[in-house]
Amino acid sequence: MKSTLFLWLGGVILSLVFCPLLPGLINKVKARLVGCKGASVWQLYFDLFKLLRRGSVYSHTSTWILPLAPLLSMAALLTGMLFLPFAFADSPFAFDGDVVLFFYLLGLARMFSVLAALDTGSSFAGMGASREMQFATLIEIGLFCIIAFLVLLTGHFSLSGLLNGFGTSAWSLGGAAMLLVAIAFFIILLSENCRVPFDDPDTHLELTMIHEAMILDYGGPDLALIHYAAALKLWLFSAIWVLIIMPAGLFTGLTALPVFLVAQILVAVLLGVVESVTARFRFLKVPQVLLGVPVLALMAMILMLMFR
Amino acid sequence: MSETFLRLTNPGSAALADLPVLSFSEFSSQALRVIRERGGRVSAFFAVPQGAQFRLILVLALDQEGKLLLSATDTGSEYPSLTPDCPQFHWFERELFEQHGIRPQGHPWLKPIRFNQSQNIPGVTDYFTMSGDAVHEVAVGPVHAGVIEPGHFRFQCLGEDVFSLEISLGYQHRGIEKRLIGGPDKKSIHLLETAAGDSSCSYAGAYCQIIEQLSPGCRVSDRNQALRVVAWELERIANHTGDLGALAGDVAFRPTMAYCGRLRGDFLNMTAALCGNRFGRGLIVPGGFGYEVDQTLCNKLLPWIEKTAYELNNAADLLFNAPTVLDRFENTGTVSAETAREIGLVGVAARASGLQQDVRFCHPYGFYNQLPFPLASNNSGDVLGRAQVKMGELIFSMITVAHLLEDLPLRGKTPTKYRLSGNRIAVSLVEAWRGELCHVALTDASGKFSSYKVVDPSFHNWFGLAMALRGEQISHFPVCNKSFNLSYCGHDL
Repeated sequence: MKSTLFLWLGGVILSLVFCPLLPGLINKVKARLVGCKGASVWQLYFDLFKLLRRGSVYSHTSTWILPLAPLLSMAALLTGMLFLPFAFADSPFAFDGDVVLFFYLLGLARMFSVLAALDTGSSFAGMGASREMQFATLIEIGLFCIIAFLVLLTGHFSLSGLLNGFGTSAWSLGGAAMLLVAIAFFIILLSENCRVPFDDPDTHLELTMIHEAMILDYGGPDLALIHYAAALKLWLFSAIWVLIIMPAGLFTGLTALPVFLVAQILVAVLLGVVESVTARFRFLKVPQVLLGVPVLALMAMILMLMFR
Repeated sequence: MSETFLRLTNPGSAALADLPVLSFSEFSSQALRVIRERGGRVSAFFAVPQGAQFRLILVLALDQEGKLLLSATDTGSEYPSLTPDCPQFHWFERELFEQHGIRPQGHPWLKPIRFNQSQNIPGVTDYFTMSGDAVHEVAVGPVHAGVIEPGHFRFQCLGEDVFSLEISLGYQHRGIEKRLIGGPDKKSIHLLETAAGDSSCSYAGAYCQIIEQLSPGCRVSDRNQALRVVAWELERIANHTGDLGALAGDVAFRPTMAYCGRLRGDFLNMTAALCGNRFGRGLIVPGGFGYEVDQTLCNKLLPWIEKTAYELNNAADLLFNAPTVLDRFENTGTVSAETAREIGLVGVAARASGLQQDVRFCHPYGFYNQLPFPLASNNSGDVLGRAQVKMGELIFSMITVAHLLEDLPLRGKTPTKYRLSGNRIAVSLVEAWRGELCHVALTDASGKFSSYKVVDPSFHNWFGLAMALRGEQISHFPVCNKSFNLSYCGHDL
């Protein structure tokens, strides 16, 4: 029991330290694939330190929501991550239904960033906020269909149970269903973290932005917090995806930590490749893709119920 | 009915006395009839002050007949607007109002295109507005997030849909046309080469044709004419390549963006190999070509072009074969052939909307007279159409450059002295990479420019971009904008 706790704690620390590496890795892969050298994989660390040394500037027309939002989003994310299993070890805080708490803590973070975007009064931020909410609503349907699948599969109702509650047999016996769910969650990972083809984190074109448009008014430590939170969110979603495709029990003990880290890096590489070969969808196509997620999850559920 | 026009071929000049000055009603009815019945296109429409009066000079291009028709009329500070009958005049009449205070009565949206001369501040003007609960206004620029020129865009939106886009320019105005009056002098060609820096060769070419037309007995040798075509086409290749890359970048398709960025540099460096400047400054000079091109240079350029062309083909294949890219480009920012004709689109945008219009093809000048010339064309009128026209032109341009460098005509005589004859008018059209570039010059009795008019292709096409956005998603603006890729400084002069 104690060793599990240490493993989990190790996973948490690893996540907090290395999450800014993921965007750096993605950008490196993207650059290398098109023949550029690309920025250092540690670039986000440099950016964060640079931003932390700066002051913040707020518009006169904005209210207290603007500086509060990044702090609250960060706090919600940090609280939420306590319920995630790390390095294949169950969370010590797990309770039945924490999965709902986890995703609505993320929802809370989103609500505040949207409110802050509206608070700026900028038309770009307003458009970003409207798009963010529209797509978030659609993501939620798919997300909870996937959770329903996992609940049916494992019989658990906590995040740790859902993600660690199935063994290799889930893949060997119901590979098709698992594959569908893995694809479904990968789509959610891309969309929730503003990756191509749903959003373009590298664009400078305000009219096409979603997440970036909402944070145009931020600078200094606030922006550092937002960037860090975004990297952490990507890390958490990637961790969940890794647990879906790699059943618990494959790795136990201290090997789990390096395996976890390597798996996260591989996800970053995969993301880099995906972003290099696709263009961004037009906004009218995004809902169609996002509504495909619940369809995939429901199909997986049917497959599982039929062949169990 | 008889027609009284001064008929010229491109480039051409005539004595000012031959320019028919008509009564306004005759002037307008003849011009409108030519536009309506013979597909005439307004290439330039400008005023020359004559005491308290103004002389309005109109240059119409007849693309099917390969002729230019000129006529003029005298007016005071007001005349009945031509725009309601022919939207092509829309921008030109607003420019007349801006520069000379001439008021075209009945113009539907009369305000300066750059800025109010008394205030001198661009962007301070009335804008089209809408009211309603679901309506919101988005203002972009004049300072943009990318490293691009300044321009202001006002969108009236219903949710994500654009109801109307109004484009307000003028931030790049330098008064080039005014500074050319009294020329030509040492500065003239440099002013024009920097009027729109990405079209330096085209601007210099159009200016040189004007000088050559006004100087009796000035003939450019075949070799120099051929080298000018090389310069023009290299300019076109470099810019079209950059455009394809930028289009890919706007839809977050990284491979083509990265490759085309590099390849554009290669083509610019080829121009630099000719004259030491990547934009071809000083390459085209009155009477000939600024630099000698010997066999060693040709031998260096030919394999270089072949290699870069091969790589460009690969980069473009990636772009045009990616389904996600095609989905973004197809049916985005469509301009119908009818709209294109009515508002007088030129160049790539016009050809993408199905118009058969290319100065090199319709009004061949210089060495284009001796080249077999296919017209790159497309009927879709959308972003994909414009991208495909660019690709089609790229292929032909690369073949042309290689073909010309392989077999340059023999050296001929280069005239060294020019004396411009007085009291003449000269017109020169050049197909710059964006489209038709029109220069018109008038000389006084001593052979100095008394008036010099420049109409950049962007002048015709900015309104086309506004039309492309009508009813379109606002998130498609960047990719539509890039597919036109118009010049701010060329418009503002």
